[in-house]
Amino acid sequence: MKKTIVIFILAAFGYFLAITFLAPEFESNRNRNGVKNVYLDKTVSELKTANTVTAIVVNFRGFDTLGEVTVLFLAATALGSILFKKRHHIGERTVMLPASSIVGSGAKLIFPAIILLGAYVFIHGHLTPGGGFQGGTIIATGFLLMLISYRDFSISHNILSVIESLAGILFVVFGLLGFMNGGTFLQNFMGTGVLNDLFSGGVIPIIYILVGFKVAAELTGLIYTILHEKG
Amino acid sequence: MSYLVYIIGFLLLVLIGAAVYAVRQRDLLYAVIATGVISLALTGLFVILQAPDVALTEAAIGVALTTIIFIITIRNTVRFEDEKDKK
Repeated sequence: MKKTIVIFILAAFGYFLAITFLAPEFESNRNRNGVKNVYLDKTVSELKTANTVTAIVVNFRGFDTLGEVTVLFLAATALGSILFKKRHHIGERTVMLPASSIVGSGAKLIFPAIILLGAYVFIHGHLTPGGGFQGGTIIATGFLLMLISYRDFSISHNILSVIESLAGILFVVFGLLGFMNGGTFLQNFMGTGVLNDLFSGGVIPIIYILVGFKVAAELTGLIYTILHEKG
Repeated sequence: MSYLVYIIGFLLLVLIGAAVYAVRQRDLLYAVIATGVISLALTGLFVILQAPDVALTEAAIGVALTTIIFIITIRNTVRFEDEKDKK
């Protein structure tokens, strides 16, 4: 009896799956009338953004980016909630590779450069390759270097969560502002300026800077939590 | 442009070699370093194939962050798959 039901359900599932995959007619006009050309044309002519990938990620598919940021936030929160109890009791860094003075001096020398590179990558996200996710990850890497080089280097968890929450809320606020001004969520309501200028592309640089702060705070907090976990 | 083909072929060979090494190695620390090498070769491939955005992501996450998180995990748990692998 059970087996019959399972086979029936699987058959129905397979039927609908087959329908879904067989439905679109390949080799038809689908590719010629797709959105690819619209994206490529509008990026330069209307949005005045040099980097098409950024325009797609932040402007045309901005809502998906909000979902992506939410997924990262949920993952960091889940990890923190699993490891929270242990970290609360100990408070001492458990993983400690004894860093030599060469590593310490080098880390101190290179740390500001890494932070600057990360900030550059997400501020210039609409002009050069990169953006909020990449820049935030680079900044988190810099903090990781300092954390494994110095025993007494610590970061306030409260400040990290304030930065993270503020960036996330401002992202949604900018989306709602587009709702009020233009008509859709995350509409590009500001003036787009001149192509290849730093202040161009409307809300794209603002949103990418917010994403950069959020990703950097999340990943730094995640690394800090893992480093303080008692094995 | 023919030299690009050789660079791509070399990077693919490095990628496959490092992947096989990571699967077959019993010492987990060496296996993690091999996965870092995979990410490095992949970054080079992305740069050659004109996807600098993806290359930046791969360099920051694949080479640095994932490798070090795995190393911290190994330090907190065990380094060898079996006890008899310890030399």
